[in-house]
Amino acid sequence: MIAEAKETRAGEVKSQPLHPLFELTAMRIREFLREKEAVFWVFIFPVLMTFALGIAFRNTAPDKTPIAIEASATDSRASDLAGMLSQSQEVTATVMSPDEATRALRSGKISIVVKPQNDDFEYRYDPTRPESRAARLLVDDVLQRGKGRTDVAHVAEQKVTEPGARYVDFLVPGLIGMNMMGSGLWGLGFTIVIARSRKLLKRFAATPMRRSHYLLSFMLSRLVFLALEVAAVVIFATLAFGFTVRGSWLSLGFITVLGGFTFSGVGLLVAARPTTIEGVSGLMNFIMLPMWLLSGTFFSSERFPQVLQPFIKALPLTALNDVLRALMNEGASLSSNWIPISVLLAWCLISFVVALKIFKWQ
Amino acid sequence: MSTQISPAAAAVGINSQRVALRCSGLVKRFTDVTAVNGLDLEVYAGECFGLLGPNGAGKTTTVEILEGLTPSDEGTVELLGQHWNGGDNRALRERIGVQLQETQLAEKVTVVETIRLFRSFYQRGHDVDEVIRTVALEEKRNARVGKLSGGQKQRLAVACALVSDPELLFLDEPTTGLDPQARLSLWDIVEKFRAGGGTILLTTHYMEEATRLCDRVAIMDHGKVIALGTPAALIESLGADQVIEFSVTNALTDEPLTNLPAVTNLHKRGEVYALTVSEIGVALPALLAEIKRQQSEIVTLTTHQATLEDVFVSLTGRMLRDS
Repeated sequence: MIAEAKETRAGEVKSQPLHPLFELTAMRIREFLREKEAVFWVFIFPVLMTFALGIAFRNTAPDKTPIAIEASATDSRASDLAGMLSQSQEVTATVMSPDEATRALRSGKISIVVKPQNDDFEYRYDPTRPESRAARLLVDDVLQRGKGRTDVAHVAEQKVTEPGARYVDFLVPGLIGMNMMGSGLWGLGFTIVIARSRKLLKRFAATPMRRSHYLLSFMLSRLVFLALEVAAVVIFATLAFGFTVRGSWLSLGFITVLGGFTFSGVGLLVAARPTTIEGVSGLMNFIMLPMWLLSGTFFSSERFPQVLQPFIKALPLTALNDVLRALMNEGASLSSNWIPISVLLAWCLISFVVALKIFKWQ
Repeated sequence: MSTQISPAAAAVGINSQRVALRCSGLVKRFTDVTAVNGLDLEVYAGECFGLLGPNGAGKTTTVEILEGLTPSDEGTVELLGQHWNGGDNRALRERIGVQLQETQLAEKVTVVETIRLFRSFYQRGHDVDEVIRTVALEEKRNARVGKLSGGQKQRLAVACALVSDPELLFLDEPTTGLDPQARLSLWDIVEKFRAGGGTILLTTHYMEEATRLCDRVAIMDHGKVIALGTPAALIESLGADQVIEFSVTNALTDEPLTNLPAVTNLHKRGEVYALTVSEIGVALPALLAEIKRQQSEIVTLTTHQATLEDVFVSLTGRMLRDS
């Protein structure tokens, strides 16, 4: 017995406790690292997502716009016309019956229907679809030139597809922002509500533990993982797509910490009262869904109507994405982004204060 | 290392009647039920005091009020000479150890990590490995909580309560759901703590647990104390030392049974009759004759020494475990 006891004492875990804040934080980190699924969603998933979207939207030669010539299949003039149009760099034309053409247009398979009428043409398209408007210009240009129109001014073209202006460059900061929101909310929300439902919070409340230490331990452990999360995506995007961070790393570090704290605060707020996993899941989806849609992760939030913009700009994820893009893509300074930074600070402080006020320990 | 003996230990030596915990007039209402309905208790320093009662009697609510986790609607609580919200709750928490009925500790961390975390919350207390030895978890020191058996988890929960070297230990149904072996090893831990001069308030619905561990017992029902005393005194109050339980083929009329010699009480639960008797040698032959006289036949018959369970039954007409 004595020999055994000695052996276990020599085990890797020391028994002398340190400061409670350190012990609580260490506990958070251990619990996270021992949860393999959480490690996957926080570190691997964003990298896979960057990879998949980066490939899907990689910069290749633009596809030709599909269009239809409305005529019977045996109409030789129509097939000549299709041949002429298809010779252009930008469109590919197919002869279709009126029915077929209408269906193809409605389902978005083609962008415009061209109907020859003697020597003239009729265009049928949906002007609210940007690609249809573009197709109309392209087709008209080819047809008019075919009929002998000549250009009066000479133009030179310069094509811009350098790193920093591609979709993947836009995407990476958005993914980082979205990931920070997700891991902040899930990480705190779930852990706290599980601890509450298992009466562990109540047990802690029965000790002299400072309640602020418990909540602070979440912040500190988030900081450790935050650095790794952001680094994983940035390093991967750099290696795979030649992504570059233009702004200063120091500013980026500051924003990462601020963003991490902000979403920890929101996570704390979300977890302040629910007693069941179902309850907190619903609440988290309710909070995250609008931000996934509106906050400009996958496309610019500027596309939403003007009336919505003040609301969208006030969302913490919009603020975080905007600052991250400004820093990473444009190399902007922190001071020029004081508005979104203030939005983040406000969310951070308000959510913390409110969460602490309404937090339920049992 | 301090040469001072703990206040609880000193109290036992100097004055065994020093009160460690006192509450009076406790009332706690929930929306649909009054869980605690005017409760008074005194627990002396150095004793093991049991709150015995069926599920729903208000034991847990009472204990959580005493632990300062649930506010009461009415009444006062005095703990080790202090009051909750009397200025320094944290100082009071330093002096008590708590095991809650339903706490599930984090599963992914190990035994030693868990105890070390709890130890870090307290200014003073035991060495972590010393506590692991006290609860006999040396072999599971580096095992994850999720891998422990029910009994080991419960011993760990008690270890977390003991790690601060508390003066007053609260145990809420510490052995519910455990097998007999695990229960015995937990009783050992409680007895050791008690022998070291600690005060214990324990809730249970196992009468044998209360009889074995507790110096005094309060029997609770519907949020009130319905009987209080040492287990022996409570059993003695039945005026009987044996209980005969039997069932028969044809139902009997009660009246002649209660009039049998040496019979002090009769209870019926479904098909089973329970007679409390002062002298079994006198009562049993008379009972057999009476059953024959009423033209019935015995299906089952057992006798046992009267227990706290029989006290509860005689007070409420119900079993501890089926209410």
